[in-house]
Amino acid sequence: MEHDVGHSVEMGYSIWLVLFPLIGLIVNGLLARRWPEKLVGWFGSLMIVGSFAIAVALFLQLSGLDPHDRVVHVSFFNWLHVGSLQLDFAFLIDPLSSVMMLVVTGISAIIHIYSIGYMHGDPRFRAFFSYLNLFVFFMLLLVLGNNYPIMFIGWEGVGLASYLLIGFWWEDMAKATAGMKAFIVNRIGDFGMLIAMFLMFKYLGSLNFADVFPRAAGVWGHSPDAGPVIAIGLMLLLGAVGKSAQFPLYVWLPDAMAGPTPVSALIHAATMVTAGVYMIARSAMFFTLAPTAMLIVALVGGFTALYAATIGIKQFDIKKVLAYSTVSQLGYMVMACGVAAFGSGIFHLMTHAFFKALLFLGSGAVIHTMHGAMHHVNDHTTDPQDIRNMGGLRKYAPVTFWTFLIATLAISGIPGFSGFFSKDEILAFSFAHGMQGGTLIPWIFGLVAAAITAFYMFRLVYLTFYGEYKGPEGGEPGLKESPPVMTVPLIVLAVLSVVGGYVGLPAVLGERLNVFKQWLDPVFHPAYEAARIHPAHPTISQEWALIGLSVIAALIGIVIAWNLYIRRGKVGLPDSAQRGFGRVLWAKYYVDEFYHAVFVRPLIGLCRIAWRFFDEKIVDGGLVHGSAKTVRWGGGVLRQLQNGIVGSYAVMLVIGVILVLLIVYF
Amino acid sequence: MSWWLTAIVFIPTIGVLVLLFAPPAREKFIRWWSFAVMTVGFLVSLPLFWLFDASTAAFQFIDKAPWIRSLGIDYHLGVDGISLLLVLLTTFLGPIVVLGSGSVTRHLKGYFISLLILQTGMLGAFVALDLFLFYVFWEVMLIPMYFIIGIWGGVARIYAAVKFFIYTMIGSLLMLIGILWIYFNTTVPGIGHTFDYTLLVQHANFPVQAQMWLFAAFALAFAIKVPMFPFHTWLPDAHVEAPTAGSVILAGVLLKLGTYGFIRFAMPLFPDAVVSFRPLMLALAVIGIIYGAIVSIAQKDMKKLVAYSSVSHLGFVMLGLFALNTQAVSGALIQMVNHGLSTGALFLLVGVVYDRRHTRLIADYGGIARFMPWYAVVFTAVALSSIGLPGLNGFIGEFLVLVGTYQAHPVWAIFAATGVILAAIYLLWMIRRVFFGELTHDENKSLTDLNAREWASLLPLLVFIVWIGVHPNTFLSKFTVSIQHFLAQTVQ
Repeated sequence: MEHDVGHSVEMGYSIWLVLFPLIGLIVNGLLARRWPEKLVGWFGSLMIVGSFAIAVALFLQLSGLDPHDRVVHVSFFNWLHVGSLQLDFAFLIDPLSSVMMLVVTGISAIIHIYSIGYMHGDPRFRAFFSYLNLFVFFMLLLVLGNNYPIMFIGWEGVGLASYLLIGFWWEDMAKATAGMKAFIVNRIGDFGMLIAMFLMFKYLGSLNFADVFPRAAGVWGHSPDAGPVIAIGLMLLLGAVGKSAQFPLYVWLPDAMAGPTPVSALIHAATMVTAGVYMIARSAMFFTLAPTAMLIVALVGGFTALYAATIGIKQFDIKKVLAYSTVSQLGYMVMACGVAAFGSGIFHLMTHAFFKALLFLGSGAVIHTMHGAMHHVNDHTTDPQDIRNMGGLRKYAPVTFWTFLIATLAISGIPGFSGFFSKDEILAFSFAHGMQGGTLIPWIFGLVAAAITAFYMFRLVYLTFYGEYKGPEGGEPGLKESPPVMTVPLIVLAVLSVVGGYVGLPAVLGERLNVFKQWLDPVFHPAYEAARIHPAHPTISQEWALIGLSVIAALIGIVIAWNLYIRRGKVGLPDSAQRGFGRVLWAKYYVDEFYHAVFVRPLIGLCRIAWRFFDEKIVDGGLVHGSAKTVRWGGGVLRQLQNGIVGSYAVMLVIGVILVLLIVYF
Repeated sequence: MSWWLTAIVFIPTIGVLVLLFAPPAREKFIRWWSFAVMTVGFLVSLPLFWLFDASTAAFQFIDKAPWIRSLGIDYHLGVDGISLLLVLLTTFLGPIVVLGSGSVTRHLKGYFISLLILQTGMLGAFVALDLFLFYVFWEVMLIPMYFIIGIWGGVARIYAAVKFFIYTMIGSLLMLIGILWIYFNTTVPGIGHTFDYTLLVQHANFPVQAQMWLFAAFALAFAIKVPMFPFHTWLPDAHVEAPTAGSVILAGVLLKLGTYGFIRFAMPLFPDAVVSFRPLMLALAVIGIIYGAIVSIAQKDMKKLVAYSSVSHLGFVMLGLFALNTQAVSGALIQMVNHGLSTGALFLLVGVVYDRRHTRLIADYGGIARFMPWYAVVFTAVALSSIGLPGLNGFIGEFLVLVGTYQAHPVWAIFAATGVILAAIYLLWMIRRVFFGELTHDENKSLTDLNAREWASLLPLLVFIVWIGVHPNTFLSKFTVSIQHFLAQTVQ
C-alpha cells in the first residue's frame, strides 16, 4: 500500500461515480416537480447507467495496470484535519473496490429500470427515485472511501436510505416502525465501528487505509492476537453484524421487507447488506493479525447461515423466505472471511447479488401478477405475498417462473450455476481451514445450511409456481406476466446468475482458471504476509469429495421438498395450525418477542423512571425545590424578628448593645 | 479597525434607540426594523471570518480603552479562534430569531427591545477581555431573557422565569466573588490590580487551594448555564415556557456561554484546579450525555424532548473540553456551533406546528407528513444532524470529541458513545409518532406546509448543517492554533 502510486494514473473522473447519483437526487428530489413519471424514472436510471459506465472505465483502466500498481488513491479535498488526524475526501481504487463498484452500479442500474415498471402509478414515484439515487451515492462512497470515516459516511448514509425506503409507505405504521427499527439496530453495529476507529487512532495514529494496515502489520505482526487488535476485530465485526444482519442483530432485515420490492432486491439483498462483508474484507489485516477475532467471525457467520436457513423453512410470506435466505447467505460470506478466504466471501457476495436480486425482483413480479388476480375480482383482503395463496403461477408468468427457477438453482448450489462455484469455494476453504488446526464447526454449519437452503427454496418454487392456483376465486383471468420493463431485467439477471460463476472456477479444474481470485489476491496479500498465514487449500481429492458432498446435500434438500410438495401434494398449513417445533420456526424462535421483553420494554421503563422519579422527584423536587424550601423556611424563621412592634425592636436593641459591650470588653 | 467589534456588539443597541421612539401600534415597522438591525449586525460581522488571521492565537480586532480608571477596569474587546465562530453564530442566529418570532403578538415593542438588548449582551460576553466587563455583559443577558420567558412565555411562564433567574443569579454571584478575589490577589508588575483577562492569564499564579475555590465558583456559574447534570432542571422548564424565539436563543447561544466560560476563563485561569476537577467533570459530562438521552426518550412534549436532548449534546461539549487534547477540544468547539444550529432549528420546527395547533404533545399529532411533506423532510434532516449522521454537522463534533476522549479516557468514551444509539431512539421515535402512520386527529387535517417565512428561517440553518458536515475544514482551520494555545495554557 503506497500513497503516491496514483500520481501517474489519472482517475480523477472517478468523482463522477458519485456525482451522477447526486445529480439524480437533486434533480428528481427538488427540480423535476412537473416531470412526467416516465421521465423521472428514466432520468434517475440514466444517472446510474452513467455511474456504471464510469465503473467499467475505471475497471478497464485498472486492469491495464501492472498487478502491483493497482492501488490508486484519488484525493479530492481536505476533509477533516485536526492535529494528527488527517482525513481527506479521497477514493481508493483497487481490485476490491472495482469489483464492488461494478456490482453496485450494475445491479442498481437494472433495478432502477425495473422500478419504472414496478412503482408505476405510485403517488410518491419521484421521491422513490430520489431515495434510490441517494442510496447509490452513499453506497459508492462506502466502497470507494480511502479511510474509515469516509467509508463510515457511506455506511450510515446507506442506512439512512434504507430507513427512508423501508418506511416508504409510511401511512402504514408497521412499515414506518420497520424503518425505525432498522436504523436503531444498525446504530448498535455502528457503535462498534466507532469504537474500532477510536482504537485504531489510539494504537496506530491514523484512520487512513494506506496508514493503518502497514502500521498494524508493524505493531502486531510479531505478536498476533494482541488485545487491541482482537478488540478492533471484534468491534468491526459488531459493525458487520449490524449492517450485514448477522446473529444476533439480524432482526431488522426481515422487517425491512416492508419496503417496496425493488428496495428489498437492491438494498436488502444485493448491495447494502453486503457492506459488512466488504468492510471485513477491506480490514483483512486486522483479522489475520487476530486469529481469535477471526474464529468468532467464522462462528458467527456459520451459525447465522444455519440458523436463518431453519427459519426459512416455515415462512409463508414470499419475501420473508427470501429475507431469511439473505441472512443465511450473508452468513456464508462472513464465514468465508472468518476462515481467511476473503476473496471467496467477495465472490459469493457478487454471485449472490445476481441471484438474490433476481429472486427478489422475481418475487416482485409474482406479487404484481397476484395483484392482477385480486384486481380482477376486486379483492382487497387476500395477502398477495402469502405463498399459500399462490400455486400454478408458472402457466401465467413463464418468464418470471423460468428466471426464478434459475436463481433457485444458483442459490441451491447446483453445478453449472453461479452460486455453486462461490458457495463451494467457501465450503472448501472452511473445511481446509478446519483441517489445519482450526475447527470444522463452521464447515458443518455451512454444509447443513446448504441442504436446508435447497429445501426451502424448492418449497418456495413448488408452492408458488406448481400445483393448483389457490388465490382469489375467479381471479385466474387477471393473472398476467409482468411488462417487459420488469421481465427484461429478470432475464439479464438470470444470465448473470448462470455465467457469473465462471470467473471463479474451482481449483480442481486448474488454479489459473480462477481469474476472480487472481484479480483480488493482491488486495489480501499484505494481510496474509503480515500474519504469515496462507488460506488453507484443500487437496485435489478432498476438493472433489467436498464438491460431491455439497451437491448431495443440495439434492437431498430438493428431493425432500419434491417429495412433500409435488409427490404428496402438501400445501402450507394456516398459521393457527402450526404446532411443535414447526411453530417455533414459524415464530422465528420468538427472538423478536424476547428482545422486546428483555431490552425494549425495560429500557422504556428505565427512561420513564429516570424522568418521572429521578429527574422530577429527586433532582428537581429534592435538590432544587428542597434548597428553595430551606431558604423560604429560614426566611420565615427570621421574619418573626421583623414583626413591626417597636417594643420588641427596643428590647433587641438593648440585648444587642449588651452583647457588643460584652464582646468588646471581655 | 478598532471600532469593529464595538460596532458588532452595539448595533442591536442602536436599533433599540430607534425602537424606543416607535409607536407600539406600528407592528410591521417594529418587526422589519428588528430584522434589518439583526441582518446588518450579521453582515457587519461576516468579514471577520475572512479577515481573521488563523495562524495566531493572539486576540484580534482589539478595541481597548480605559473605562473605570481608578479600579483598573478597561473596555477591552477582542476575538481569537475560540470566540470567532461563536460571535458569528450569534449574529447569524439574530435575523433567524426575528423571523421565528412570528407568533409573538403582545407587547411587540418590548419584546424586540428585549431581543436586541439580549443580542448585545451575548455578543459582548463573547468578546469581552476584561473580567469586569464580561460580568457586566453576562448580567445584561439575564434580564431580557427573564422578560422574554416571563412575559411572552406559556402558561407556567412566571415559574419558569423565576427559576431561570434565581438559578443563574446564584451562579453569577459566586463568579463575581471569584472575580473580585482574583482582582485583589493579583498584582501585575507596573500595573497593579487588574481585571484584564490577557494579563491575568499570563500572570495569575494562585495557590492550588485558592484555585480550587475559584474554579468551583466559576464552574458552578458556568455549569448552571451549560447546563450540566445535576443543575439542568431549569432548562426544560425555561424551554417549554419560552416562546419559540426564546428557545432558539437559549439553545443556540445562551447555553454556549456556559461552555465558553469554561474554555475561556475557568480552565486556563486555574489549570491546577482543572487537574483535580477533571475526573468529576468528565463523569458529570458522561452522565449528562446518557441521562439527558434517557430522559428524552420518555418525553411526551416535543419541546421538552429537545430540551433534554440539549443536556445530552452539551455533555459531549463538556466531555471534549475536559478530555484536553486537540481532537476532543476541537470537537467540543465545533459541537457548540452544531448544537446552536441543529437544536435552534429543532426549536423553530417545533414552533411551526405549535403555531398552527397550539399543542406540543407528540400524542396530538400522528401521520401529519401527508399534509406537511416538506416540513417532514426538513424535520428529519435536522433530526439526523442531531443524531450525528455522518455527512452532516453533528457527526463532526461528536466524532472528534469521542476519538479524542478515547485517547486519554477510553472507558468514558465508550460510555459516551452509547449516547449515539440513544439519540437515534428518541428522535426517530418522535418522528415516527408525529409524522407517520394513520391520521389520528381530525384537527390535524388543517395543517399546512412550511410558509415562506418559515423557509427563510430554516434554509440558512440547513446550509450550514450540510456545510460543516461536508467540509468541516472550512471552520476547523479557524481555531486550530487557538486550541493549541489553550491546551498549552491549561495542560501543564
